[in-house]
Amino acid sequence: MKHIVKYFVAWRGESNLQFIAKVEVTLKKAVLDPQGVAVENSLKALGYNNTSGVRVGKYIELTLEAGNSKDAALQVEEMSRRLLSNPVIEDFSYTIQEAGR
Amino acid sequence: MKFGVVVFPGSNCDLDAYHLLKDVLNLPVEYIYYNQKIVNNYDLIILPGGFTYGDYLRSGAIARFSPVMDTIVDFAERGGLILGICNGFQVLTEAGLLPGALYRNSHLQFRCEKVYLKVENNNSPFTVIAKEGDVLKIPVAHGDGNYYADPATLKELENNKQILFRYCDQEGNVTEQANPNGSLLNIAGICNSKRNVAGMMPHPERAGEALLGSTDGLVIFKSILKSLERGGWTDG
Repeated sequence: MKHIVKYFVAWRGESNLQFIAKVEVTLKKAVLDPQGVAVENSLKALGYNNTSGVRVGKYIELTLEAGNSKDAALQVEEMSRRLLSNPVIEDFSYTIQEAGR
Repeated sequence: MKFGVVVFPGSNCDLDAYHLLKDVLNLPVEYIYYNQKIVNNYDLIILPGGFTYGDYLRSGAIARFSPVMDTIVDFAERGGLILGICNGFQVLTEAGLLPGALYRNSHLQFRCEKVYLKVENNNSPFTVIAKEGDVLKIPVAHGDGNYYADPATLKELENNKQILFRYCDQEGNVTEQANPNGSLLNIAGICNSKRNVAGMMPHPERAGEALLGSTDGLVIFKSILKSLERGGWTDG
């Protein structure tokens, strides 16, 4: 099998409902987050001494076509694992919503 | 003997690597383009430094899906020698050819300076002419060079002697002060368990001429030549 496979989860292309996926990518808890530390220090400099545990992540929004929300979720899960996040250092979570609803 | 230097959109040390191989070491070298599908008959492929695809998403994350990467993965699986430098190292980790990941420097600064590297292991085609404990002066220039791997992977790297270089001071002491980016265990360069794929954040191709302040980078290229003259690399 070639290293780069276009899809593991086949897009069936039958019906084309549109879904909006919102993906959040964050550094794993065990990985030091230098940006989070800098932001936290800055918050404290502004007087927000009640803040702690700041973590900076990424937010990715995309529209995709799929037959149903389960298929859409499978594809979003796969693309998050393969490209949108690096599982060595990052975790991801997502929500799926049918467009226009 | 034939050497290849991969050119991705956004590579910027491809010229330096090409220059070193061609003009300093008088070796036959060709560029390999990111959209090339067939990669033939190379003795060493270099993935150079730069900012492939603008470092969007993560350094190396998009480059690893370039058309050329398919054949580079095949080349690695066949035992071909691959050296990833700086962004090339990031591409190799993203592609899963090397363990761990490289992310934002712990102090958030881009560091462009000469550093010292301790040769941790000379049982590799990239370090074979060095003595373990040798100190090399080679520059770094990166913002995302902070090496991370989970504790089990780090242990495996140590047990298999896959750590090739660690950041150290001029005397070879591996200290926190000598670490330019927060890398775990001061890791500057590693190889895979088959020892034919290596990645390093420092730039040996920028340390190949006295005019540039150091010739210590030649240790890596001369090691590669020596192992190729011996007919390649067999593990052990």
